[in-house]
Amino acid sequence: MNVIADKSLVERFLEENILFLGPDPDIMNNHHLAAETSAEAAALAKFTGKDDLNLVRHKLQTACNESFDMVEQMGAAPGAKWGDLISGVWTASGDLALSSMGGVLLFSVLTQHPVKFILKYWANEPTVGIREGDIFMHNDARYGNIHNTDQSLVIPVFHEGRLICFTGAIVHEGENGAIEPGGMPSKAESPFDEGLKMSPIKVGENYTFRRDIMTFLQNSVREPKLQLEGMKSKLFAAMRMKTRVEEAIAEYGVDAVVAVLRKTLTDTAEEVRRRLRGWPDGKVRQNVFPDGTLRENCLVKICLEMEKRDDRLILDFRGSAPEFLNRANNTVLASAKGMLAQEFLTFVWPDLPRNQAVFEPMTVITDRRSSLNCSPEAPNAQSMMTFFPSFTAAQLAAPKFLYSAKERATDVIAGWYNMIVTFIYGGLNQYGELVGNVCADLNGMSGAARSNRDGEHSVAPIFAPMADIGEQELIEEEVPMMKIVPNRVMTDNSGFGKFRGGHGYQQIATMKDTSLWGFMCCSIGSKFPSSHGIFGGYGPGTYPLCKIKGVNVFEVMKDRRDLLRFSIEELMNDRPFEGATYTTHHMGLQLEFATPGELYMITQGAGGGYGDVLERDPELVAKDFRDGLISARTVTEIYHVVLDPKSKAVLAEDTDAARQAERARRKARGKPYHEFVKAWVTEKPPADLPFFGCWGDRSVIHRGTPDDTCPGEAIAPVMMPDPKDVEIAKLKARLAAVGAA
Amino acid sequence: MSTTIAITEYLAIALESERWECRVCGHDIASARDNYKTGLLVYDRDPREIHDPKLDERYEFTYAPDPTWCRIIEFYCPSCGTMVETEYLPPGHPLTHDIELDIDSLKARHLAGANAAAASGAAASRSREV
Repeated sequence: MNVIADKSLVERFLEENILFLGPDPDIMNNHHLAAETSAEAAALAKFTGKDDLNLVRHKLQTACNESFDMVEQMGAAPGAKWGDLISGVWTASGDLALSSMGGVLLFSVLTQHPVKFILKYWANEPTVGIREGDIFMHNDARYGNIHNTDQSLVIPVFHEGRLICFTGAIVHEGENGAIEPGGMPSKAESPFDEGLKMSPIKVGENYTFRRDIMTFLQNSVREPKLQLEGMKSKLFAAMRMKTRVEEAIAEYGVDAVVAVLRKTLTDTAEEVRRRLRGWPDGKVRQNVFPDGTLRENCLVKICLEMEKRDDRLILDFRGSAPEFLNRANNTVLASAKGMLAQEFLTFVWPDLPRNQAVFEPMTVITDRRSSLNCSPEAPNAQSMMTFFPSFTAAQLAAPKFLYSAKERATDVIAGWYNMIVTFIYGGLNQYGELVGNVCADLNGMSGAARSNRDGEHSVAPIFAPMADIGEQELIEEEVPMMKIVPNRVMTDNSGFGKFRGGHGYQQIATMKDTSLWGFMCCSIGSKFPSSHGIFGGYGPGTYPLCKIKGVNVFEVMKDRRDLLRFSIEELMNDRPFEGATYTTHHMGLQLEFATPGELYMITQGAGGGYGDVLERDPELVAKDFRDGLISARTVTEIYHVVLDPKSKAVLAEDTDAARQAERARRKARGKPYHEFVKAWVTEKPPADLPFFGCWGDRSVIHRGTPDDTCPGEAIAPVMMPDPKDVEIAKLKARLAAVGAA
Repeated sequence: MSTTIAITEYLAIALESERWECRVCGHDIASARDNYKTGLLVYDRDPREIHDPKLDERYEFTYAPDPTWCRIIEFYCPSCGTMVETEYLPPGHPLTHDIELDIDSLKARHLAGANAAAASGAAASRSREV
């Protein structure tokens, strides 16, 4: 028997009979630029004029911005209308060379994967192919992007039969047919609970959607009209960009476009390397502790060691929490890289072109099957619950290099607020239509303090520097939600410091004129703050979901307007509605149906503070007090500022004395480092703290208890119990205890 | 002459002596090749003292961090009492050695320029680069 020949036969059979095309690790684990093609080399050799290169680059950049505006104006999804998208141009090799200046910039580093999949698997596939007029779509994060509420659409652009580039857009469309409405199901316990998952797929030809595929997609989601409208707006934007590319070719020649796309990438990468060389060499470290999975509270440690060496930056997340096989908070590694790139695109080098090459000199190291590098079997619809904290770790670490860097493009900044505090909704709207989506005011995250000024209140999300929170009146036209208090600043909701973080607003929502309506929330940080200050500044506090149920405020307030309170604090502490139930929860709320007039209340978090509170200008403290941003307690007990009781003006000498006294108290209560460590550090996490990730040794991963561990190199995924089973077990134990008594 | 590089708002490294210094009072903190925190005073703060509970004791979640889950570790300069850094940590979690710069590289980068300036007679008695 010829073993070699038999083996070869088997190998040939397997090669010729691929049963299933899953996510390609060679594509998904590689964020680097494709090698320069011979066509690109030839174009670069021919088209060398710097001014012309610049002109063509700006033409294409303007085309991206124009297409962005088109989608934002035409799109029906809340995410589209408020800027949760980008539009861009990809090279013929699939790298994103240019994208719109606004929108969700993390897309800039994770949209290349589906295009590269299309090129690798469909270009020569007889049943698919890539031809002029084709339309490709995709939404499965395991093939690129963030999570499957985002849908991407690209079209190839040809010139005289040769593929020149791709144009397209990616939009947070919302509803996707998951186990919960709105597209981001925190209840998902497997990828199959997360709704529609499109691997890269051809959905149209001749710039026309195939009706059969469109019908399938519309039947896969709760909002079929939105699905159609979203696809059309992305297609028209891609086609407009294609027209602009063709105009550039007509004016400057095809080599100009090919050369500009390639040179934009290589120039960007080289500029990042140049800037990195100006940072000091060494390592900085940052730990953050997300405090839940959205189904339960637990500590999900994310630890980062960031090493800068010459012109390279290595982000090492080994030791972070393991993947949760039946929770939606896992992140695909490529998605994590996108969010990390956001730090550099927005907060470190906002002057650089928005493209994939910004991340070219970076290396990301993770443990396989950790929460930042999950397997395809793990759900990822709420990946933000781990990759937003990974962003925060990078944002808090970077200033330790940046402060002494040779040059900076931005101010040194503390930790931006990092959670999507808003309502997701689902049900029948006031017109009887089934709807499910997310409110855009998640974009109102508060800005962090900087080295030279305070943070802005509820200004922009960490993932999109130019996005909107939406108009309440427009929202009420479409859905039966009312926000009795839509956006009111909350006193003391700030990261205190020499410069303070921006304040977050509180929201008090209810619903009416519908027979079926449910709310969801998806944020962490109810027990452990999700962001932090830097250089002695404090972080934000923690935020609960508050509910007042068993009451219809529209009924009881018909003749009793005096019952209304305009803050969560007053409503929950005063309890003005007799007979109602008042409860607080973590902010991971799975779809919960409400009855008209019940109240659901959440609070946008604050930005982190910068520097020592005792260094804050007393006049700024007094102004914050007069503006209602901070309480008298904060003035005296945090900032140690003394105000005149009547005029509220600063008493300078008394303030100096108060601050000197506090400095003396610090020196009295502080312990020498080694003495403190001896008393403080424990070998393992506390027994009553559900802790996931390394404690001291980064190679030992805790799985929820002090003694259940696994090696970082061989992570055993975590299966969490159903929170209802946990609650039932507690109640049974109480019953048993009562019975025994 | 000494060359001092500001590393954070309150920390600098004196290159010739290879020491961490307080930028507020000039206090000598620790070897620049060690964790600067070893030369500071440390305090375990109940987070509710900073993030005041807004809701009363009837509620499980109050806007204040849970002190059994989270503590604020404050680091003070032993000389002037400036709060140099804070860490939010679970109880008992090891403190973070957060800045570990390559001192040889830092010296090579900055002292080469400072020596050249000194040679030309242009160096000030004490330079603070930011």
